[in-house]
Amino acid sequence: MSLHIVVCAGIVPDPLQTLEPIVGPKGPALKNEIMLPGVLDPWAASALYEAANLVAKNSGSKLWLVSLGPKTKLQQVMMTIAQKVSFELVAIDSPTGGFADAQSTAAVLAGAISAIPGLERDKLLLFGGWESASRGAGVTLQVVGESLGIINQFMGVDQIEMHEDGTFEVLERVEGGKHQVSVCAAPPAVLGWATGNLPEPRNNPQIGMANMRTVMPSLQNAKTAVFADCGLQYISATLPGQQRQTRVVKDMAPDAIAEELAEWIGAE
Amino acid sequence: MSQIDEISGSGAPEIERQSIEADIACVGFGPAMGGFLTALNRAWIENPADPAFESKVAPGLPLQVLCYERADDIAAGVSGVVTAARGIRASFPDLNPADIPMAAPVTSERILYLLDPIGASRRPLSLRIADRVLHALNGTLGVRNHAYDLPWAPRFLHKTGGLVMSIGQFNQWVGTQIMASGMVQIWPAMPVSQPLFAENANRTGDQVVGIRLTDQGVDKLGAASPGFVAGMDVRASLTVVGDGPFGPVGQAIDKRMGMPSGRDKREWALGMKFVIELPAETTLETGTVWHTFGYPEPEIFGFLYVHPDRLASVGIFIPSWLGDPNRTVYRYLQHFIQHPALWRHLKAGTLRSWGAKSLDESGQHGEPFLVGDGYARIGEGSGSTNMLAGSGVDEAWTTGVQLAEGVIELLRKKRSFTQENLAATYEARRRASWVERNARNAINARNGFHIGFVPGLIGMALAGMTEGTFSLGAKTPRTHEQIKKRRAKTPKELKRHEAAMVAVEDGRPLHEALMSARGWPEIEFDGKLLISQQDALLMGGKVQAMPGFADHVIFRDAGLCIYCDDKTCIAMCSGQALTLGNEGIPLFEREKCVHCGGCLWNCTQTVAEGLTNIDFRAGAGGFHSAEN
Repeated sequence: MSLHIVVCAGIVPDPLQTLEPIVGPKGPALKNEIMLPGVLDPWAASALYEAANLVAKNSGSKLWLVSLGPKTKLQQVMMTIAQKVSFELVAIDSPTGGFADAQSTAAVLAGAISAIPGLERDKLLLFGGWESASRGAGVTLQVVGESLGIINQFMGVDQIEMHEDGTFEVLERVEGGKHQVSVCAAPPAVLGWATGNLPEPRNNPQIGMANMRTVMPSLQNAKTAVFADCGLQYISATLPGQQRQTRVVKDMAPDAIAEELAEWIGAE
Repeated sequence: MSQIDEISGSGAPEIERQSIEADIACVGFGPAMGGFLTALNRAWIENPADPAFESKVAPGLPLQVLCYERADDIAAGVSGVVTAARGIRASFPDLNPADIPMAAPVTSERILYLLDPIGASRRPLSLRIADRVLHALNGTLGVRNHAYDLPWAPRFLHKTGGLVMSIGQFNQWVGTQIMASGMVQIWPAMPVSQPLFAENANRTGDQVVGIRLTDQGVDKLGAASPGFVAGMDVRASLTVVGDGPFGPVGQAIDKRMGMPSGRDKREWALGMKFVIELPAETTLETGTVWHTFGYPEPEIFGFLYVHPDRLASVGIFIPSWLGDPNRTVYRYLQHFIQHPALWRHLKAGTLRSWGAKSLDESGQHGEPFLVGDGYARIGEGSGSTNMLAGSGVDEAWTTGVQLAEGVIELLRKKRSFTQENLAATYEARRRASWVERNARNAINARNGFHIGFVPGLIGMALAGMTEGTFSLGAKTPRTHEQIKKRRAKTPKELKRHEAAMVAVEDGRPLHEALMSARGWPEIEFDGKLLISQQDALLMGGKVQAMPGFADHVIFRDAGLCIYCDDKTCIAMCSGQALTLGNEGIPLFEREKCVHCGGCLWNCTQTVAEGLTNIDFRAGAGGFHSAEN
């Protein structure tokens, strides 16, 4: 069966960079955020690669990538992402900073998805990340689905398998390292992906060149997002605590290393 | 798909590769390519209807300009610089430094001669005498914190009116503007493996007809593995080579076309620096520039540049003419920042990032053929860096702009990109410019360092103050010959060597152990600013390497490594990506390599005339830091 897959994937500051929360004139922000390189939100990137794989397996399918972020950052990130899989970009220009309210963000995304020409609801699978490296509350995708009236929602997805009769099976992560297996009668559905099973695709310059035919016009025509003021206020913002202790040892048995690590973690 | 018919010269079996056509193929995105693409792009934007900018390969569309960059992001550049910004300001007359993160106007410049507060520095007699005089006249001369602030700096060193910048941030700022127009595509994370040569139909010799991207889905040695993707060929009527001092495309062209008579790249330096967040109470003002010399070794020059928001770039340069094979650069940098003159400002700071890169310091001595049929060279790899002024970014940028002007002239006159036409436009502009004049003044300025440190300083001053009319004459040995063999003849040296060997048996690298044996104190890690080199690899964005690419550092003949006593490649490796393996053969870990290229010119073993045992090929990954 042919599918219309829409992947919602935001741009986030590269999590490997030095991230430092500060309070800016408009509330919480990251120090020097404009100078930090952006990446596609890692969980949503998994969703994108799974979506591309599904499109390749189901002839007649189409893939859209809906991405919200500062236009200049979107452009920069797309030069990497566009080399990996084929998609049509729907770019939405927004100010730097990921502290926007999930409800307002979801409204903007839902509006952009509704406006995609040729998108057929009975073929629609809405993909995104289950978690996020942004500062969102982790509920945006669900709210987008709700806004679009999609009631079948799956979170922590690791696998989807399409059946010939149009049904599909979804594996969602549950506690204890197990999966919950669900069978859905038909699209539309929302799938919030965990890591999936696919590796990051190789960079393919020809795919990049092909994607540029839609990426550049989309970026040039990107509309500026208008977020509704919902009165959200942040009291404080902090990074998760981390510490690093390095010690160089030679010829230490793996069991001894594991024992020491367990002891160290237990002491924290 | 197309079957490659070019002269590969490798002897390897040809494989089917995808091929695309472009008008201009560009290799590497640094300041030189930024200058080229900015000027080209701007000319098109000013007059998009100009038929000169219509693509030959896609009629009806603007020029198809494709640029490929190895690093994973165009912001992942490595350099905190101070630049006179003459060429950059000419391109951006209304430049507001505040628009570029980490950029600021130069507000003050000082040159500090650093005395040795530890007593471990290897100083020649002349310097030891000078140091004693300075100490004796401390009150009169104003020696403070073991540093003598030179009351006067020669004009050729001034960066008055210039900028302190982060090259990563500058590249990002420039690249974003270039790509916004849609004419130029800059593809990161895509290394170029080699130029495509073809026989020249009109005369003897080869022409460059494009570039080949790197194969993916290969093992360490480059053999196809599951998921193999053959690197695509990009055919273009002009290939712009701006892949830096040791880029694989530049290297291959030098090998195929040869170097002009008497030219050779023999002088190098490794620049390594920390980006440090200064303490809140710092008294260092934004735009402050310090140049230092004298410590940790006399041959090691240093710098401190203060960016906005209390960030500082602090680093050193280890030159190839530092004869000692113990080029333990990371540890030297840690000793440098602890010099009292710097430490009083830095000690309460926090390390945010770290980086390193090789600099081609040969200047015009290492200038290759700037143009050939189908290609042009710009930037550092074209010999543009001026080591008298200690300046490279502005020169590189300007050579890019000059090429763009030449290309635009040829496009408008409907002339092809032959050697003659590129020479008459690009090369002629370059030869008539300040870049060339200053390069000529500088050409022999550093010869004296091959005699000794003090003659080197005298030679620089002489050349600088006479605009190159006078300089010291000295033969520059080939790079690997500049590394002196370890000598352990005197009882004192033998004792040190013995101590070092004991430390090596305990698991320490020889170069580290020798430093300790010479009297350099151990670094007391504080987990904040003084951290292990392995921890530094995890700072400010980390070092990354995408899987599926081959190793880019290759030992041509591992047997030579077994009998190499020096192993300077290991000492010089910025990322500890080279370590001592079994049987004495260095091990390379691609995941730690920062692509500084230091190993390339720190190999003492030769396999052929002018060819050392290390082959530095195209590779992916490297730094992810945007603050460098």
